[in-house]
Amino acid sequence: MGNSAHASQGSPDVDFVEVQASKEFRDLRKSHRSFVFPVAVGFLLWYFAYVLLAAYAHDFMSIKVWGSINIGLVMGLLQFVTTFGITTWYVTYANNKLDPKAAEIRTRLEAQIAAANSTKEEV
Amino acid sequence: MGLTSALYHVAALDKSLGEQTKETSWINILIFVAFVGVTLVVVFRASRNNKTAADYYAAGRSFSGGQNGTAIAGDYLSAASFLGITGAIAINGYDGFLYSIGFLVAWLVALLLVAELLRNTGRFTMADVLSFRLKQRPVRIAAATTTLVVCFFYLLAQMAGAGGLVSLLLGLDNGNKTGQAIVIAVVGVLMIVYVLIGGMKGTTWVQIIKACLLIVGAAIMTIIVLAMNGFNLSTLMDAAVQTSIDEGGAGAALLNPGAAYGKAPLDFISLALALVLGTAALPHVLMRFYTVPTAKEARKSVVWAIWLIGIFYIFTLVLGYGAAALIGKTAILAAPGGVNSAAPLLAFVVGGPILLGFISAVAFATILAVVAGLTITAAASFAHDIYSNVIVKGEPKPEMEVKVARRTVVVIGIVAIAGGILANGQNIAFLVALAFAIAASANLPTIIFSLFWKKFTTQGALWSMYGGLAAAIILIAFSPVVSGSEKAMIPGASFDWFPLANPGIVSIPLAFFLGWLGTVLDKNVENPRIQAEMEVRSLTGVGAEKAADH
Repeated sequence: MGNSAHASQGSPDVDFVEVQASKEFRDLRKSHRSFVFPVAVGFLLWYFAYVLLAAYAHDFMSIKVWGSINIGLVMGLLQFVTTFGITTWYVTYANNKLDPKAAEIRTRLEAQIAAANSTKEEV
Repeated sequence: MGLTSALYHVAALDKSLGEQTKETSWINILIFVAFVGVTLVVVFRASRNNKTAADYYAAGRSFSGGQNGTAIAGDYLSAASFLGITGAIAINGYDGFLYSIGFLVAWLVALLLVAELLRNTGRFTMADVLSFRLKQRPVRIAAATTTLVVCFFYLLAQMAGAGGLVSLLLGLDNGNKTGQAIVIAVVGVLMIVYVLIGGMKGTTWVQIIKACLLIVGAAIMTIIVLAMNGFNLSTLMDAAVQTSIDEGGAGAALLNPGAAYGKAPLDFISLALALVLGTAALPHVLMRFYTVPTAKEARKSVVWAIWLIGIFYIFTLVLGYGAAALIGKTAILAAPGGVNSAAPLLAFVVGGPILLGFISAVAFATILAVVAGLTITAAASFAHDIYSNVIVKGEPKPEMEVKVARRTVVVIGIVAIAGGILANGQNIAFLVALAFAIAASANLPTIIFSLFWKKFTTQGALWSMYGGLAAAIILIAFSPVVSGSEKAMIPGASFDWFPLANPGIVSIPLAFFLGWLGTVLDKNVENPRIQAEMEVRSLTGVGAEKAADH
């Protein structure tokens, strides 16, 4: 292949097309995408809702809620809160739902690569 | 109100604030020299194992998620973030705060969509990932080009900031351009030494040390400012408004959106788009994900980075309003370094010359560390993508690639010094925002498409990268920033037909569109076997390079 980007030494021994089509892998991909895509769309919509309000709804953002603290500041700080919240949420999800599935496939494939390599050495 | 009159009293002293800070500049220099000394020792110690390319570019992939996350925060909390945002809040109030929100939320793009998948598929550079399943040569050249351009703009921003900061640090006059030029050259030479000797490992340790000092320094200042206001944000903001009224400024409007972007909401939206989509496409941030052993550690890095950066930006909110309250817009703008001097001046007012020395030295160290990170990224991209994979076609002699990388470091260092001297005095937050816009236009669409869109082709990648890059740069060239007003880079000329200061709102969607169009019009189909390999590897980590053994 001559593709030096490929760090893997054993890739010719694995039929990646088959792995990609396997039920396990499709399940992992579905778990990943069904989380990251909706959450990404969600936080971007929330961020741009905030940006549009800050750009066009000055009067609304300037309404004071508590002392001199106005809606704009509260919404801005809420962006911090949601960012921290989504981060924690994703880490929990990835640790519980993604990592075990990924590890299972990785272990199987690496065993396959190792077996293929040792067969070659014996021959 | 006794409190308000006490604050006014402080503000009244400010006429001599610039003068006062000059008298104690030896403390700043002493603290800075101590920082350079300590980091040099660390860099020398870290350099012992710099043998292979993986050692030099990726620190042997031996950093933990926590260490790397701290280093990312060190990289990201550049002079533009710290001095720029604090200054922007002090001058423009609420609108300065908007910057920090974009800079923070952007990390979710990196966390959810990019960091782990990139760590699993690449080795050293962004181009490794982008060219994985497409045609190597053209895609690598394109990715290396965009990497170098983004690094160049970001470098310029840091070096340009160095001049103003140095005036404050060394007590030079604002007009003393020769003195500033000498110091910019010293920064550049120091940076070359760090990167030449220390490689990625040395650079990472510099970032970690700097990040800790910066966050601790900002935390101390934040606590002092809050304590002066009874730990009540509302009281602090009232004080800022009072100072502003006293000097005939914006007054209560400081707390509301609109001071900076009130007349140009579209400009603000364009900036917001570039900020939120730019971070996950910054080459020097992406490269940091290769310094950890696994994708899980890459994830941890981002989590650490998000918490540290988020907490730091909350500090800058307090510091910005604190500077507005205790110093005031007029005094800040009159000081050497202008808007960027808000944070150092505040340090002086609340903590005297020692805290000023500490904060100035840390801010200066920030420039050094960020410049080092950018330089190693640009050098790695040139040596690994252009030299190894294009010039000698993937078969470089052992050690040769690292040798080329080191030579590139020297060249980039010289370019950075020259560019920094020429760009001295430009607004750093603005230059950084341009780097974000270029990264988001030229890199992000191709990163996302190649990770998630099976049908994506080489033609799509090339159209998107070159199209996004060209659109961003052309729109900047014809924006009001470059010409058309007295404040523009070329004050006399006027070819400013593009109305916005930031090109993101046009160039980013355009680059996504070009990526799609190039792909659907492409008659060639990419090899499905490599696409399968990339997808499996990106999600499972099969075959990803582990930590080097030492």
